[in-house]
Amino acid sequence: MHILVFVKQVPDASQVRVNYETGTLIREGVPAILNPFEEHAVEEAVRLKDEHGGKVTVLTMGPPQASEALKQCLARGADKAYLLSDRIFAGSDTLATSYALYEGARKIIELEGDVDLFFAGKQAIDGDTAQTGPGIATRFDLPLVTYLIKINEINLEEKYVVATRLTEFGQETVKVPIPVFFTVEESLNVLSHSPLPYLIKAEKAKIELLSGENVNLDKQQCGLKHSPTMVKKAFTPEKRQRGATLSGTLDEVADQIASKIAPFLKKVS
Amino acid sequence: MIDLSKKDPDISHYKDIWVFIEQTDGKPAQVSFELLTKARELAAQRGCSVAAVAVGKSVSHLAEKVFKYGAERFYIIEDEIFADYRTEPYRDALCELVIKYKPEVFLVGATTQGRDLSGTVATALRTGLTADTTGQEIDPKTGYLWMTRPTFGGSLMATIYCPKHRPQMSTVRPGVFKAVEIENPKAGEIIREKVDFTEDQIVKKILKKVVSDEGTVNLGFYDVIVAGGKGMGSKENFAMIKELADLLGGTWAGSRMAVQLGYVPQSRQVGQTGQTVHPKLYIACGISGAIQHLVGMQTSDTIIAINTDPEAPIFDVSSYCIVEDAVKFLPKLIEKLKNTQRFGG
Repeated sequence: MHILVFVKQVPDASQVRVNYETGTLIREGVPAILNPFEEHAVEEAVRLKDEHGGKVTVLTMGPPQASEALKQCLARGADKAYLLSDRIFAGSDTLATSYALYEGARKIIELEGDVDLFFAGKQAIDGDTAQTGPGIATRFDLPLVTYLIKINEINLEEKYVVATRLTEFGQETVKVPIPVFFTVEESLNVLSHSPLPYLIKAEKAKIELLSGENVNLDKQQCGLKHSPTMVKKAFTPEKRQRGATLSGTLDEVADQIASKIAPFLKKVS
Repeated sequence: MIDLSKKDPDISHYKDIWVFIEQTDGKPAQVSFELLTKARELAAQRGCSVAAVAVGKSVSHLAEKVFKYGAERFYIIEDEIFADYRTEPYRDALCELVIKYKPEVFLVGATTQGRDLSGTVATALRTGLTADTTGQEIDPKTGYLWMTRPTFGGSLMATIYCPKHRPQMSTVRPGVFKAVEIENPKAGEIIREKVDFTEDQIVKKILKKVVSDEGTVNLGFYDVIVAGGKGMGSKENFAMIKELADLLGGTWAGSRMAVQLGYVPQSRQVGQTGQTVHPKLYIACGISGAIQHLVGMQTSDTIIAINTDPEAPIFDVSSYCIVEDAVKFLPKLIEKLKNTQRFGG
């Protein structure tokens, strides 16, 4: 079984601060991390490999330093990591990004063989769009299962997967043929610590490079210039002001708050 | 999958604003009517009309309500194969409608279903999609739709437009716009279409559906949210959180830390990797306020925070700051509220 996981390196949002004077994000000194949803996607892929045999390949698009995120995937047990990096991709929106990753994945299929399961996080914590995974699935014309919380069954002989996803009102369990594309929730699994052999392997592992030189690309679909959406402006939302600190005894403070929120009280008959 | 060669490349041929009417078992999602209301305003600026579009096993009964909220036309595709929402057949049905009728703008609610659907529809149509927006306006000069969305979990707002591709697509957060009926509604036109695919061509089968509280709880639906964090100390102490939420007609939630400690299911997590909420009242109990939590709730109307640490970042976004142990404070507050409820203010 061949599993391909799409991952993204993102700035650690908990350390991003806003410069309210310039209306921009202060990214300096902010560490880049593997998108948390994709840590769980890689974890799941490695568990499935351990159970059913096969291999796990990971792919990211980004600048050369994004290979750090790939190393984390290798440390979790992925077998091979590909970095798709080219200036031509700069400024890509989600449609252009899904195009680039689609072509990168096609190259990986050519090199590594057909893929049975595709994984990505449900969204990236920087852009929060939740569009790139569904975009790649659409380009491959694969069945898409978003908000994955459980793989119930994999049947490689009959080529199907039974999986459970979150919906607006609860959960649903679906049966889909292989190959299939999943985007995953954090609750899919609990991260295990990377075993030592994986860590050693990850340090030594070579990151495979993909770019316009070895991937077949239609330049009319790449980068800022060929992205349908454009940024008109970026600005910071108004900063909230810290409100009053209520003082007094526990009883007095409770009284003050109770009177403030009393209008929300449910009516009793 | 649709045949893209049938899509009209001349963007000047695309007209009108469409709103996707999301439904489950025939029950419509409220966000659909919020979007119809907003679409009326945009259409007035743009000088075009508003249409609603629904796909399902049975959706005709929604016509009256859709017209009440200002749709002038209602495009319907009804078939047994659409009984349950499934990404691929819904996408193909909507794409066929878009290709045939060429809307200039297509708005979808940023719900679980809407976000699942719009990413694949936009890719299939090779057009731009702006996700999870909170603002929509028409540029008076160009007529383009300006779509504003929070990014980096709300630390930064970006206004996006889509000048050369149609339709201009956007998912819009529930609860941002108010749903308002029009004054003199009249019956609009109903346009029925069919799809030419059948159940045996759909590869995804739904085996089981479970409606449960432990699934995705749509926190955005509530005016009041009471959330607890690590400072609540135990899962048992969340009984107070639930009781307070219930008294206030709201729902309960937790921080990422509370989820990791097993106090709260992930489906009730507020913050960057959980849900983003903006209720009228948010009560944060024993939550310190890491940035990934703040970005999920800082646009709430009123925020009350209870925390033992006077320097906790949660206080920086709070309307009322209570430097107390939430575990001690909540029983007091609940007692006072119960008295008020019983005997009046």
